[in-house]
Amino acid sequence: MSTTSITVPDTPLVRLALARADDALVLGHRLSEWAGHAPTLEEDLALANIALDLIGQARSLYALAGEECGRDKDGLAFLLDEDALAYRRDERGYRNLLLVEQPNGDFARTIVRQFLYTAFIDAWWQAMMDSSEPRLAAIAGKAEKETAYHLRHSAEWLIRLGDGTVESHRRAQAALDALFPFTAEAFEPVTAAEFDVAPATLRAGWDRQIDTVLATAGLARPAVPWSHSGGRAGRHTEHLGHLLSEMQYLQRVHPGATW
Amino acid sequence: MIDLRARAWAAAASVCDPEIPVLTVADLGVLREVRVDGESVEVVITPTYSGCPAMNMIALDIETALAEAGIAGRVTTTLAPPWTTDWITAEGRAKLLEYGIAPPPPASSRRALFGETMVSCPRCASADTERIAEFGSTACKSLWRCIACREPFDLFKCH
Repeated sequence: MSTTSITVPDTPLVRLALARADDALVLGHRLSEWAGHAPTLEEDLALANIALDLIGQARSLYALAGEECGRDKDGLAFLLDEDALAYRRDERGYRNLLLVEQPNGDFARTIVRQFLYTAFIDAWWQAMMDSSEPRLAAIAGKAEKETAYHLRHSAEWLIRLGDGTVESHRRAQAALDALFPFTAEAFEPVTAAEFDVAPATLRAGWDRQIDTVLATAGLARPAVPWSHSGGRAGRHTEHLGHLLSEMQYLQRVHPGATW
Repeated sequence: MIDLRARAWAAAASVCDPEIPVLTVADLGVLREVRVDGESVEVVITPTYSGCPAMNMIALDIETALAEAGIAGRVTTTLAPPWTTDWITAEGRAKLLEYGIAPPPPASSRRALFGETMVSCPRCASADTERIAEFGSTACKSLWRCIACREPFDLFKCH
């Protein structure tokens, strides 16, 4: 690789913006891997549309983080743009939840991952509309409109799969069993800042939402006595490195390339 | 100065959405404001969706329209307040219908997790319609079909 990696200052606002941006970008990239492979043309379009929303949200958040990075250096005015933040941080610099970097697997696995994440982030964005940090509140106001559709899309699919054939039910349940241990990480605090919404406050609402949809789908909520964690500290599963090596390849080999 | 603002607004408002070319950015409510400070003109637009790929093109088209009107101006983007389909003008809604796209239902209906607002077919006006897919050819549309006249159509999603 012919570019140097960057590190970013660790202020609460930068940490929060990067964590949420990385969640959105990594999941958006995962969904974009479905382009041309989804079960139907309509679903191909749906997954591409959701990916586009997520990457758009990530861009707004990276732009905010970039502005803040430029402020933190004493005397050295350097502005990190969204491309530098997305393409020039190493795996260890990424702060996303482990859930969103998990591979697409079959369609049921993708839908379950989407539903478990969206049921959380949709509520978080709604709460963040009242944030005392106006730039985050503005991004939240856009994002929650989009995640409302993502939630409905993934919930409808999960019900269709769970309440469908023996095979679709089996696959949906297997996906739930595999991914549920990754969900608790979403409720860990990212910052203690007053402009942040503590994820733990959304836990009860998330539980209700999950239980309602799983009951309608005829799926069982897995009992999980333990959970995976580490994404917010840069300790990832093996999957993120592979994703980044594909996503970052061009900018690493041809820095600043445009077309 | 007021004249400059009016001319700049008229130039910017003439720009059409690249994906729904019957609508101008003013019809859509994407054009928010024109600020004039001396000779400097700033046109403020807001995205429909966070990832709308048409935004760069709209900004470029507005700068071009300003230049053609002899105005040197720049385009900036704002996120707040968030764009809503309620900002589409009555004229814009009529143009959508004429073009074969069902205009958006009121935004108050968007938070229902399941179920759907009744949507009339833009061709035959029948209310006997069904949704084919939540996401359509662009971020702002979903795909529907009319049971009565059997034609598929786009719905501009409420947002």
